[in-house]
Amino acid sequence: MLSSSLRDDFPLLTRTVRNGKPLVYLDSGATAQKPRAVIDAERDFYEHHNGAVGRGAHLLAEEASGLFEAARGDVATLVGAQHEEIVWAENATAALNLVASGIGNASAGIGGEEAARFRIGPGDEICVTEAEHHANLVPWQALATRTGATLRWIPVDDHGRLDLDDLDELVNERTAVLAFTHVSNLTGVISPVAALVARAKAVGALTVLDGCQSVPHLPVDVAALDVDFMAFSSHKMLGPTGIGALYGRKELLDALPPSVFGGGAVKVVTMETTSWLDAPMRFEAGSQPVAQAVGMGAAARYLMEIGMDRVEAHERELAALLRGGVADLPGMRLLGPEGDADARDVIAIAAVSVDGIHPHDVGQVLDDAGIAVRVGHHCAQPLHRRFGVTGSTRASAHVYTTPDDVRAFTEALATVPAFFGVKA
Amino acid sequence: MSALEQMYQQVIMDHARQAHGRGLVEIELPLVGESHQVNTTCGDEIRLRVGLDGDRIGAVSWEGQGCSISQASVSVLSELVEGESLEEADRTMDAFRDLMQAKGEPLDDDREDLLGDATAFVGVGKYPARIKCAMLGWMAFKDAVIQARKDQP
Repeated sequence: MLSSSLRDDFPLLTRTVRNGKPLVYLDSGATAQKPRAVIDAERDFYEHHNGAVGRGAHLLAEEASGLFEAARGDVATLVGAQHEEIVWAENATAALNLVASGIGNASAGIGGEEAARFRIGPGDEICVTEAEHHANLVPWQALATRTGATLRWIPVDDHGRLDLDDLDELVNERTAVLAFTHVSNLTGVISPVAALVARAKAVGALTVLDGCQSVPHLPVDVAALDVDFMAFSSHKMLGPTGIGALYGRKELLDALPPSVFGGGAVKVVTMETTSWLDAPMRFEAGSQPVAQAVGMGAAARYLMEIGMDRVEAHERELAALLRGGVADLPGMRLLGPEGDADARDVIAIAAVSVDGIHPHDVGQVLDDAGIAVRVGHHCAQPLHRRFGVTGSTRASAHVYTTPDDVRAFTEALATVPAFFGVKA
Repeated sequence: MSALEQMYQQVIMDHARQAHGRGLVEIELPLVGESHQVNTTCGDEIRLRVGLDGDRIGAVSWEGQGCSISQASVSVLSELVEGESLEEADRTMDAFRDLMQAKGEPLDDDREDLLGDATAFVGVGKYPARIKCAMLGWMAFKDAVIQARKDQP
């Protein structure tokens, strides 16, 4: 367990909420709180170094460009990528769309011969999983519609695990893309990346990993995972909103056509044609969220200073406490693996369905006790449907979460059925 | 009474448990309109049907699922507007919207009279995130009336 003194780095955690109660923040899966190092990095950028990145010859422009690229380097180091393999995106959703739209553009003939390797059409298949956040499902649905390719998906079993029984059939010679989440944002289950990547490689399919819930909580090394692309967001890994990142294998990024076109991304423009710069520049047309990138870099450094191995150990201990605590409560159903026995391959997320009580009502009672959780479908409607519910109440942790937070959550959760006159 | 208890008043809990108008039924009236509304934050849905008897609300029925606030709200709505003229129903809707915007403060007596049991939703105004829940059925009702009147000669 990480020292609770680390909480002192997060100014917001000291505030009180409803009824003057101390804040118990268990909504980090939606957005994490920010350490002073991140807030200071953004402020310092604006107070001392703000200038147009990659566009000016003056000192400030140089400093701003330097910080912008240094941040890219820090984010690359966090996930084991090379500097030029990290592309900034507005958020992880935009990063996933960048890949899907790039493949769509290649299929429409944009990008010339170098992009031909991405072309798909009728007869080709795109495979996702039933566990996806909408951000890693809807772009692929759209790509399938646009190209005439067929969308398929790997089902989830009753315990929230990907059911790989039919993997060889679902991912086959026709599969062009296999897109899947590293960690479910609903159940916290960690996907069997090695098995999925091995199958994709065997059939020559591109792999696209959604790292939103893994990068902030586990050591992630894209080279070791051997995926082709990975999207992740800044604001879930203690960084600012308004920025995310896409990792892509360099030779793939250099061939994938962009989906946002404009200045700063091009080599030569004539009235008829355009040639693009290499990655990452080809994907970064227009002014970039520079201060946010600097903040994301600071978040990556902050996490690396703690050490991702220690972050993961903290996460696993909390996962056991959280899931064990909920499993002991009557009238509650933990979505995904049940109890603490399965805590091996989950992060500290617990999505709970309370018998006979709507998640919004559950969340309101928790809020009254100063406990912030996520309620609703968490942008994972298909997975909720798989479990036969429309929504759930989700608690999720981060480096600053303590066993006391978890205890406060389970204690308050236990009072919910009685408040609504439901027998637990 | 805490803010939480003020929101979940007994009237609301009762309506949520024993909802009025639940169960979509065929309406044998010349003008019938239907609306389907979704609360995008939680996926809650409601399908509400209105039958007009001249310029009166002849019948209201609905089906859907949701939190106690949304279920109680559509229940109270069904009870309130059935038998009202379109003009009265408009005023009731306006009063309910005012109540939602009142940040937990009570409305004047005239509007409270219009709202009856619906005044119990006063506490919802203190929780901006829940106003959508309370309004879901009302949005469906408003739209269903528009749909019904489309066929009006």
